[in-house]
Amino acid sequence: MVDAVIKEPLWKIRLKLWMRSLRTGWELFRERKLAVFGLGVIIFFAVFGLVYPLYPTIMKNIFWKNDPFGYQTFAPYDPIIGFDPDIMSHPSAPSFRHPLGTDPLGRDILSMIMYSTPREFVLGITAALITVVIGTIIGASCAYYGGVIDTFFMRLADIVMLFPSLALLMVLSAFIDLTLFRLALIIGMLSGFGSITLVLKAQALTIKVRPFIEAAKSTGASDAYIIFRHIIPNILPLSFLYMMLNVTGAIFTEATLSFLGLANIRMSWGVIIQMAESSGYLMGASIGTYWWLWLPAGVCITLLCSAFYFLGRGLEEIVNPRLRKR
Amino acid sequence: MLKFLGKRVFQIVILLFIYVTIVFWLMEALPGSFLDKYLMNPKITPEIRENLKRQFGLDKPVFTRYLYYMKNFLVLDLGVSFSYFPKKVSSIIFERLPRTVFLFATSTLISYAFGYNLGKRSAWRRGKVVDQVTTFTGIIFWTIFLPLLAIFNIWLFGVILGILPLNQFIEPNLWRHVSFSAQDLFLKLLLNAFIFLIVFLIAMIISRGLKTIAAKRILLYTSSIVTIVISVSIWILSGKAIYAWDIIKHMVLPVFTLTLYSFAGSMLVMRDTMLDVIREDYITTAKAKGLPDKIVRDKHAARNALLPLVTNFVISLGFTISGGIITETMFSWPGLGRAYLEALSQQDSPLLIGLLVFTGVFVLFAHLVADILYAFLDPRIRY
Repeated sequence: MVDAVIKEPLWKIRLKLWMRSLRTGWELFRERKLAVFGLGVIIFFAVFGLVYPLYPTIMKNIFWKNDPFGYQTFAPYDPIIGFDPDIMSHPSAPSFRHPLGTDPLGRDILSMIMYSTPREFVLGITAALITVVIGTIIGASCAYYGGVIDTFFMRLADIVMLFPSLALLMVLSAFIDLTLFRLALIIGMLSGFGSITLVLKAQALTIKVRPFIEAAKSTGASDAYIIFRHIIPNILPLSFLYMMLNVTGAIFTEATLSFLGLANIRMSWGVIIQMAESSGYLMGASIGTYWWLWLPAGVCITLLCSAFYFLGRGLEEIVNPRLRKR
Repeated sequence: MLKFLGKRVFQIVILLFIYVTIVFWLMEALPGSFLDKYLMNPKITPEIRENLKRQFGLDKPVFTRYLYYMKNFLVLDLGVSFSYFPKKVSSIIFERLPRTVFLFATSTLISYAFGYNLGKRSAWRRGKVVDQVTTFTGIIFWTIFLPLLAIFNIWLFGVILGILPLNQFIEPNLWRHVSFSAQDLFLKLLLNAFIFLIVFLIAMIISRGLKTIAAKRILLYTSSIVTIVISVSIWILSGKAIYAWDIIKHMVLPVFTLTLYSFAGSMLVMRDTMLDVIREDYITTAKAKGLPDKIVRDKHAARNALLPLVTNFVISLGFTISGGIITETMFSWPGLGRAYLEALSQQDSPLLIGLLVFTGVFVLFAHLVADILYAFLDPRIRY
C-alpha cells in the first residue's frame, strides 16, 4: 500500500484545496449581481488610478506640443500646482483640453481625481487592514483566554465606542498633523479597538468550544499556536468581510474631514469639494452652473464607498450561511 | 432583572468616570487656549489677560482643575462656557438639545418606518427586481457623501424649485416684530408632536382589542385626524400658526436629507432578520394553512423580525450628536453638532468637554434602554 501514499508535497495539496474553495466561493459570489457590480467598480477605479501617470503626459503632448513658455518643467496638468494660462477665466467648463473642466485655481479636475484615486485606496485599505488585524487578534485572544484580558479589552471597546468618531477626529486634528497615513492609522485603531472586537470575539467564542481545539490542546499545542493556527483562520472570513465594510467608513471619514478642512492632505476627493465650497461655488444657484466642481468628485466618493459596501454584503451572504438562499 | 440593572448601572457609572477623565485630558492636550486670541489685541494688556486667566481658572495647575471639574461633574455642573461667557454650559446644551432631538427623532422615526416596510418587502421577494432595486438604491444613499447630498437637496428644492428655505432655523424678517421667542414656540411645537405621538400610541393599544380590521383602521385614522385638526386649529386661533409653519418649513429639508441618507440602515437590518425568520417552520405552517401571503408576511414574519430593529432604533437615537455635525453645519441648523464645531474653532474647552460628556451620557442611557427593551420584548431573554 506504499503506492497509495500521496507523493505530492503538502503545499501543492493546500494550494489545490484553496483553489477549490475559491472556485466554490466564486460560484456563490457570481450569483449576487450587486456584489459583482461592486467588484467591477473597484477594478475600474483601480485601473483608473493606475493609468494616472499617462494622462498628463498625453494631454500635454496633444495640447502643448510646442511649449509656448519654452521651459520643460511647466506642468499644466499637475493636480496640485497645475495651471492653464490659455484659458481666460477659471473655473472653466468641461472642454477637450480639460474633460472635466478646471477648478477655481485653474487645475484640471480629471487629473486631480485620477491622482487621488490610488490615495483613497491606500487610505481605505490601510485603515481597514489595521482594524482587522487588531480586531482579529484581540477578539481571538479575548475569546480564548477570557478572564482579565477579556474584561480589559471589552471595557476598552466600550469606552472607544462611546466617543463619536468624527467628533474625536476633529479634536485630534488640532494637535496631530493628520496626513494620509496617520489618518488611516487613527481610523483603523478607533474601529479596531471598538465594535469590531465584539463581533469577532463572539465568533471566536463559537470556535473555541469546537472539539478540534480540545484535540489541539491535548496534543500539547501552545496557546499562541492554537490562536493563530486554529481560531484565527476560522474567523478570518468574517474579519475579511468587516474589512470591506470598514474601507467604506474610512474613505467616507477622510472625505468628510477633508471637506471640513481639518485634514492635512494635499489632494483627495474631499479636498476637491472643499475647494469648491470654500471658494463659494457651492452656494445658491451656482451649484447647478458649476456642476463639474463637485459632481465628479462626489460621484467618485459615493461609487467607491458603495462598491466596497456591495462587495462586503456579497461576501456576507457567502460567509454567513443563514443569509444564503435555500 | 433588578440585579442585572444594578450591575449595569454600576458599570455605566465607572465607564462614565473614565470617559470624562479621557475627554478632560484630551481637551487639555489641545495646543493654545481660549485666551490666546487676545494676545494680538492691543486693548487687552497683560494685566487684564492675567485677570481673565484667573477668572477662568486657567492659572491653576492642570491637576487641580481636573479635580475641580470632577467635583463639579458629580453635582452635574458642567461649568461656564468661555465663548458665550456668563452662560453655563448646561444651559447652552439644553437650549440646543430640543432642536437636535426634534430633527433627529423625526428623521429617525420616518426612516425606520420606511426601512421597516421596504426591508420586509424586499426580503419577502428576495432576489426579485424589487429586492435588487431597493437594496441598490438603499446602499447608494447609505454610502453617499452626506455633505454633497445636503448641497444637492438645497440646490434642487431651495434654488431650482424654490419651495423650501435654503438653511437656518427661522426666517428673521418674519420674526422681527414678535414678542415671544422662537425657542418657546419651538418647545410648544415639540410638545404638540409629543402629544400626537401619545394619542397615536394609545389609539394603537386600544385598537388591538377591536375585532375587525375596518374598526381598527377607523379608530386609528379618526384619532390621528382629530388630533391634527385640533392642534392646527389651536395654532391658528392663537395667531402663531404662521411662525410655527415657518419653523416646520425650515425643518423639512434637513429631515428629508437625513431620512434619505439613513433609511437603508434600518432596511438592511430588517431584510437580514426577515430572511432568517422566513426559514422558520411556523412560516411554512402559516402558508400551508392557506393564509394570504400578505398576512403571513406582515403578521407572522415581520413582527418576529422586529426585535433587532427596535433595539437598533434606540441605539441610533443615542448617536444623534455625532451624526449631527455634518447635517447641522450644512443646513446652518443651530443644534448640538454645530455648537460642537463652533466650540472647537473657538477653543471653548468647557463647552467642548460638556458636549462630549453629554453625548456619552446620552449614548450610555440609550444602551441601557436598549438592554431593558430587549428583555421586555423577547421573553426568551432573561437577565
